[in-house]
Amino acid sequence: MKRLLQSLALLVALAAATTWLATGANRGWTKTSVAVKTLDDVTGIEGITYQKKFLPGVDFLGATLGAAAVLAGASLFFRNTTTKPTPKP
Amino acid sequence: MKLNHLIPLLGLTSAAYAAPQTFDFKDPKGVNNVVFKLDAPLEAINGSASAITGTVSFDPANPAATTGKIVVASESLTVPNPMQKEHLHGANWLDVAKYPEITFAAKSLAKVNTEGSVTTAEATGTFTLHGVSKEITVPIKLTYLADKLSARVPNLKGDLLVIRANFIINREDFNIQKGQYEDKVSPTIDLSLSIAGAAIAK
Repeated sequence: MKRLLQSLALLVALAAATTWLATGANRGWTKTSVAVKTLDDVTGIEGITYQKKFLPGVDFLGATLGAAAVLAGASLFFRNTTTKPTPKP
Repeated sequence: MKLNHLIPLLGLTSAAYAAPQTFDFKDPKGVNNVVFKLDAPLEAINGSASAITGTVSFDPANPAATTGKIVVASESLTVPNPMQKEHLHGANWLDVAKYPEITFAAKSLAKVNTEGSVTTAEATGTFTLHGVSKEITVPIKLTYLADKLSARVPNLKGDLLVIRANFIINREDFNIQKGQYEDKVSPTIDLSLSIAGAAIAK
């Protein structure tokens, strides 16, 4: 159980860090949409529309790393399950 | 016909030509927008509003006489972070359910300067936000695009009027979290308006 929790913690931390880095390492808040600007040729106005896109920020990174830390911390409540060698008769 | 008979006729013709036009700012193309920005410690809060309506009376021969009212639907204010949007719309901030509109009613223009089709001026009017009305003066730029409506909306003939304005308001003047969260959200709000209205030819 201890090993399982530690592996899970490592997996969560790695997945969070990879996702955050792969989406541009946004150092702001998490966004679920991004502004897209389109130029109106006649008036010269830049129209703004929002496209759905998940852009994790430092809050996402903090929360997931926190969750990984909780899992790693929880693993300390379990003992190592080492198999004792059976004595030879 | 004698010349002195022609003069009143010419006057009537020019008066008809110079009549103010009413520009409707309900935008079928959906590009009209107001961008807002508030400084915050981690990242500035940037957003926009797109549901804009209103009418402006503009006379190309006399831009100084421009008046009108622009209305922004509070519900259309959007920021990319869903939690920030929820807070922005909520009762503690804009309370969009109770105050569904943000308006600016321009009464008069000053420091009017027209060069070609572009007029710059300072517009004074009543700005209403969060149920509080306050008289403010904002620098504006009006661009009159004669006969350009058909280039934007096929089958419609008429003129376009583009209004741009950049100005700053203080949220505390409009009772939005007065004296609260100043370390987290700047009390000043940068506003940038870019809108186009159409006057259909009759």
